Amino acid sequence: MSISKTGTSRRTILKGGAILGGTALAAPHLFIRRAYAADYLNAPTGSTVTFGFNVPQTGPYADEGADELRAYQLAVEHLNGEGDGGMLNTMKPTALKGNGVLGKKVEFVTGDTQTKSDAARASAKRMIEKDGAVMITGGSSSGVAVAVQSLCQEMGVIFMAGLTHSNDTTGKDKRANGFRHFFDAYMSAAALAPVLKSEYGTDRKAYHLTADYTWGWTQEESIKAATENMGWETVATVRTPLGAGDFSQYITPVLNSGADVLILNHYGKDMVNSLTQAVQFGLRDKQVNGKQFEMVVPLYSELMAQGAGENVKGILGSANWDWKLQNAGTQAFVKSFGQKYGQPPSQAAQTCYVQALLYADAAERAGSFAPCAIVDAFQGSDSLDGIDSASNKGFVFDGMGNGQTLYRAADHQCFKPVLVVRGKESPKDKYDLLEVVDEVPAKDVWYEPDNPMFAGGELGECNNGV
Amino acid sequence: MMNFLDKDNLQSDIVLIVIFTIAILTMPIWLQPFGAAYPDLMQKFAIFGIFATGFNILFGLTGYLSFGHAAFLGVGSYTAVWSFKLLGMNPLPALVLAVIAAGIFALAIGYLSLRRTGIYFSILTLAFAQMSYNLAYSVLTPITNGETGLRVLRSDPRIFDGNGSETGPLVANLFGIEMTGLSGFYFCAVVLILVSWFAIMIFRSPFGLMLKAVKTNQNRMGYTGLNTRPYALAAFIISGMYAGLAGALMCITDPLAGAERMQWTASGEVVLMTILGGAGTLMGPMLGAGLIKYFENIFSSFNESTLESVFHFLPEGMREAAISVAGLFVGEGWHLTLGLMFMIVVIFLPGGIIEGLRRLAKAVFGRKRADDTPQRGGDTAPTGH
Repeated sequence: MSISKTGTSRRTILKGGAILGGTALAAPHLFIRRAYAADYLNAPTGSTVTFGFNVPQTGPYADEGADELRAYQLAVEHLNGEGDGGMLNTMKPTALKGNGVLGKKVEFVTGDTQTKSDAARASAKRMIEKDGAVMITGGSSSGVAVAVQSLCQEMGVIFMAGLTHSNDTTGKDKRANGFRHFFDAYMSAAALAPVLKSEYGTDRKAYHLTADYTWGWTQEESIKAATENMGWETVATVRTPLGAGDFSQYITPVLNSGADVLILNHYGKDMVNSLTQAVQFGLRDKQVNGKQFEMVVPLYSELMAQGAGENVKGILGSANWDWKLQNAGTQAFVKSFGQKYGQPPSQAAQTCYVQALLYADAAERAGSFAPCAIVDAFQGSDSLDGIDSASNKGFVFDGMGNGQTLYRAADHQCFKPVLVVRGKESPKDKYDLLEVVDEVPAKDVWYEPDNPMFAGGELGECNNGV
Repeated sequence: MMNFLDKDNLQSDIVLIVIFTIAILTMPIWLQPFGAAYPDLMQKFAIFGIFATGFNILFGLTGYLSFGHAAFLGVGSYTAVWSFKLLGMNPLPALVLAVIAAGIFALAIGYLSLRRTGIYFSILTLAFAQMSYNLAYSVLTPITNGETGLRVLRSDPRIFDGNGSETGPLVANLFGIEMTGLSGFYFCAVVLILVSWFAIMIFRSPFGLMLKAVKTNQNRMGYTGLNTRPYALAAFIISGMYAGLAGALMCITDPLAGAERMQWTASGEVVLMTILGGAGTLMGPMLGAGLIKYFENIFSSFNESTLESVFHFLPEGMREAAISVAGLFVGEGWHLTLGLMFMIVVIFLPGGIIEGLRRLAKAVFGRKRADDTPQRGGDTAPTGH
């Protein structure tokens, strides 16, 4: 009986195994060595720098995502000195010169979040690991924003949030590497409350229909607190499953509840469906408690208004920005967006465009793309006028369409005027659906970082990723 | 050369597993030209390979088409994250607990669903999975953290390592090796190789034979006095445990568990993977998984400027046309490409990609061997001599 019956001796197998094992062990080092060459992850070495635009291209928020991507492409053009420069001309202070960022030409890669945390993290990782993106930005829902923000924190790149409205993004889930320009549910409630008071009085009974997930809850909590504060009574808060499609079973009970205001804490298709059905059920023509029945949609968007069509007429809500604002930044942005795409930008587009420019400006001021340098550049020691608070400290800028704005150092949240908008009675075209009722100044929507609706999280340390 | 695809004896199994091991471990090298050699995607290849292999044990062997396997993936994920939160960031307890939890969950769902066969079974599993998804999304938010997804926080107890690492990153950590990047991939790859070996053993065992008999004719099995349900249930549980394992690995490489992992689309995806690669074959589901993940991650990332650089050799007018046509199939249109490919495979290669490879092998080396190697079964009987 020979042991080398197969024609290979034990020694050869051992040798082969050793070589194989050695290769397997060495393989990681062959690929990660590059990472230690710089003092931060994905430091650009050539003449270009790569941004990663992570937006929903498929799924329920694909429309918002497409508009965000348009805005990002425009921002890249303007940063590289192509086109008419847009907000680069109105932004102040600014260190941007229209020759790229830190002399490097801006390039970008894109990813599809599918409005799913897993897919969003996978595409963000691809952009960071494979394409060498030094900053990730975008997103059109809070779940995704929170998930990608914590990923960027762990991996060590900057995250500039797109459209995310939940209190948690800069509340209990805030991160040092993450920044949000968009407003939040608390600000919506604070801005809406005085307008609701003057329009509908202090003696009202409110009924909430709320999308049954994190954003809906923070929205409901915020609005409920603000309206109860001015004397309204909350009759009921009913949770509806996301994507319910048919809301009739939720709307019928409203008729007999004795409520005279319906508050729809819905977004996207849910809001389009629930609002349309509520109008079809004749809620708006009803008289309850001797008062006209009213409806409120706390978070408005142009794209949702287009979906709901006629039904938005006269309905109040809040918005981060509107293309019809009369300030230099807005006009410059709307002009170059309109020239390139033949339509006015949505508020999602504006917040994304501004985020890209703000990041580039911070890098230019810091003289580096290192995440910790960027975080430092956003710290600043400026403050907003008229707000007496120790936390009123950060980086103040203007000319980006929202008026004077503070990037607060304590939680990386922007503070700026919030718009209260109403569905227009006689719109001129499909882009002219909302009218601005009031521009509520930042001091009226101000809150402290330790407000109970935001408390519980901490920024932690910035992470350079190496 | 390619006979390991056909023959089922120990020697060819060893050849298969050795080639497979080498192929998996050298992925960072040979995937370079495809632009897929970055850690996250390779981790996904390995993880979904495990998921599809496990699904194949149920679908490929017993013929029971489950439309709810994503539920087990989700259970595995949530268990793993809770293990991180409570016990610490070591992946091993997370793996073990996730497999156990998914197994128990599969026992419950399988016990109920397997009372029916065919379409009724599929609908039952789909209903259970969708129920789990909705529970995870909103009702069970205290356990699952709802839409935002369950993550590890600094304030978590982590009784075995919690106090020492207040500032370190919150990633899984195998005795000092962080489970991100390439080390995370190698961890998944080793698990993949082990469970693939286990799957091969199941395929070759008398138990596997019994499962194939269940698929072929369950009634006849019943008439011989044999109760087939325990076998089907065992296969269901094993495949649920594979899914739980895959779910745990997803959290080990990226400590976040989201509810959408349990959605019916995720269940459908693993069915696609298995059919695309070849249901009932050993390596097919894994190939299918790799292909789908490749499309999802690489094709979806192509945008206009990528296409521009691909087609820059064409003259002006043609380039525009080529870009606008190709643009339909990449970027947000990657689903379209996947759908077309799926149709082509199902229509022309009902046995999946593996059947395509087999035909190719036969065309290249096969003529002589087709004579001396009798084929199993009647489906691939040599013809045309």
